[in-house]
Amino acid sequence: MANAVAEAVSGFRRAPLLTGLSALMVGLALLVLGLFSLAAYNLRLALSALEERVEVVAFLREDTRAVDMEAAIQTLESLPGVEDVLYVSKADALQRAMTEIPEIAEISSDLEVNPFPASLEVRFLPGSRNSEAVETVSSAARELPAVEDVRYGREWVERLFSLRRIGAITALGLGGAFALVAALIIGTAIRIAVFARREEISIMQLVGAKDGYIQRPFLLEGAMTGFLGGLLALLLTWGTHRAVSQFLFTVDWIPPNWVLGGLGAGVVFGLGASGLAVRRYLREI
Amino acid sequence: MIKLLNVSKSYPRTGPALEDISLHVPKGQFVFLTGHSGSGKTTTLRLIHMGERPSAGEVRVSGFSSQRTSRRELWKVRRRVGFVFQDFRLLPGRTAMGNVAFALEVTGTQKTEVRPQAERLLTQMGLSSKTGSMVHELSGGEQQRVAIARALASDPLVLLADEPTGNLDERATRGILELFWKINALGMAVVMATHDLELVRTYPRARVLELDQGRLVFDSAEAD
Repeated sequence: MANAVAEAVSGFRRAPLLTGLSALMVGLALLVLGLFSLAAYNLRLALSALEERVEVVAFLREDTRAVDMEAAIQTLESLPGVEDVLYVSKADALQRAMTEIPEIAEISSDLEVNPFPASLEVRFLPGSRNSEAVETVSSAARELPAVEDVRYGREWVERLFSLRRIGAITALGLGGAFALVAALIIGTAIRIAVFARREEISIMQLVGAKDGYIQRPFLLEGAMTGFLGGLLALLLTWGTHRAVSQFLFTVDWIPPNWVLGGLGAGVVFGLGASGLAVRRYLREI
Repeated sequence: MIKLLNVSKSYPRTGPALEDISLHVPKGQFVFLTGHSGSGKTTTLRLIHMGERPSAGEVRVSGFSSQRTSRRELWKVRRRVGFVFQDFRLLPGRTAMGNVAFALEVTGTQKTEVRPQAERLLTQMGLSSKTGSMVHELSGGEQQRVAIARALASDPLVLLADEPTGNLDERATRGILELFWKINALGMAVVMATHDLELVRTYPRARVLELDQGRLVFDSAEAD
C-alpha cells in the first residue's frame, strides 16, 4: 500500500497541470451539486414551514343537517394522512374574517345576514402535507352531500414542488456536463501516467502481478483527485453561502452529513473515472 | 503440462501466423523451437504465456485453458511460466538486485524475504558480485542472466525463452545455454525458440520442433 501511495503521489508530480485541471473540473461539477444542495436545503426548510399550513377547506351547504355534517367529519377523519378535522361555524367564520380584515369589521353591523358559509378545515399529518394527499382529500370531500365547495392552495403547493424539480433537473444537467469533462480529463491524466510507467507495467504483467496490484496506484490517484475536487467544491460552496448571507439574505449552511456525502461523491467519482481509464489503457500495453 | 490442441492464430492485418498446431510438452522436458524468422516461434511462445489467445483450438498450461482462463486470472498462468527475451527487457534505472527484487515485490513476496531471495537467485545465475551494478553496466550475457533470475522469481514450472542468445557472443551464448540445462536438470521444462541450428545440434538430448510458415513440420520426438 505504501508503494501504491508513493506511486500515486509521483503521478501527481508527473502531470501537475492535468491533475490540477482534473481536480478543478471535479470541483466545478461538485460545486453545482453543492449550490443546489444549499438551495434545496433552504427551500426544504421553507417548504416544511409552509407545509405546516397546508390544509383543505370544505365549505358546507346552507341547509346542511347536523347528521350529514357529522358523517362528513367522520369520513374525512378516516382518510389516510388526515390529522384532524375542525368545524368552523358561520359565526366563527365571520368573527375570524373580522379579526383578519378590519374593513369587514366596519361593515359587519350593516349586514343583515352572515354571508360566510360554515366549513370543515382538514389538517394533515407531518409527511402527508403534499399535493397528492391534498388532492385525495379534496376529491373525497367533493363527493360528500354536505359539501358545496372545496378550496386549497393547490397552485402554490404545486408551484413550490415544481420549482424544486426544475432546480434538481438544472443541477443534474450542469453537474453532469462538468462531470463528463472531469472524467475525460482524469482519463487523460491516467493515460499519461500509464504511458510513463509502461515499462514497469509490462514487466509486472510479464511476471504475474495481479491486476489489482497494477491498478492500485492509478485508482488511488483518481480518488485523491476526486477528494481534492470535493474540497474545492466545499470551499466554493461555503464562500457562496457566506456571500449570500452577508449581502442578500440569510441562508442556513447544509448539514455535516451532506458535506461528507459531497466529499464521498468526489472520491467515488475519481475512483470510477480512473478505474474505467486504467482498465482501458492497461490493455494497450 | 503444456498442450496445444489444433491451435491456429491469425492477425487481421498479416493473416495466419500458426495453422493447426498440436503438441504436448511434458514436465521437465527441454525443447528447441526452431524455424526461420516469421515461422511462428514467437507467436507459439506468446500463446503458451497466454499473452495472446488462439484464433482456433486450445492452449493448456498447467491446468489453465486458454478457453476458460479470464483476463483477471492470467497472473496465475504468468507465475507458472517464466519468460526471457532476446532484448532482456530489464528496467534501465535499476540495479541487477533492483530488477529481480521488483519481480518479487509485485508478485507478493514478503518484504523481509525480497532481498535474500533476490540475492539467492542472482547467486544461482553466477552474479553474486554484480548485485549492486546498474543494468547498463553489465555485459549482454550478464543482463540475460539477470532476466533469467527475474523469470525464476515466481518459481515457475516452465521457462520460455525467445531467441535468448540472439544478442550474445559465442561465449555468453554457451554460458546461457549451460544455465538453461542446469535449470532443466532441476525439473523445470524449458522451451527455447532459436533460428540457430548450430546451437541446436550442440545439445542432441533436447527435443526439437521445427516450424515453417506457421506449420509444425518436424518433431524429433515423433522422428525417434
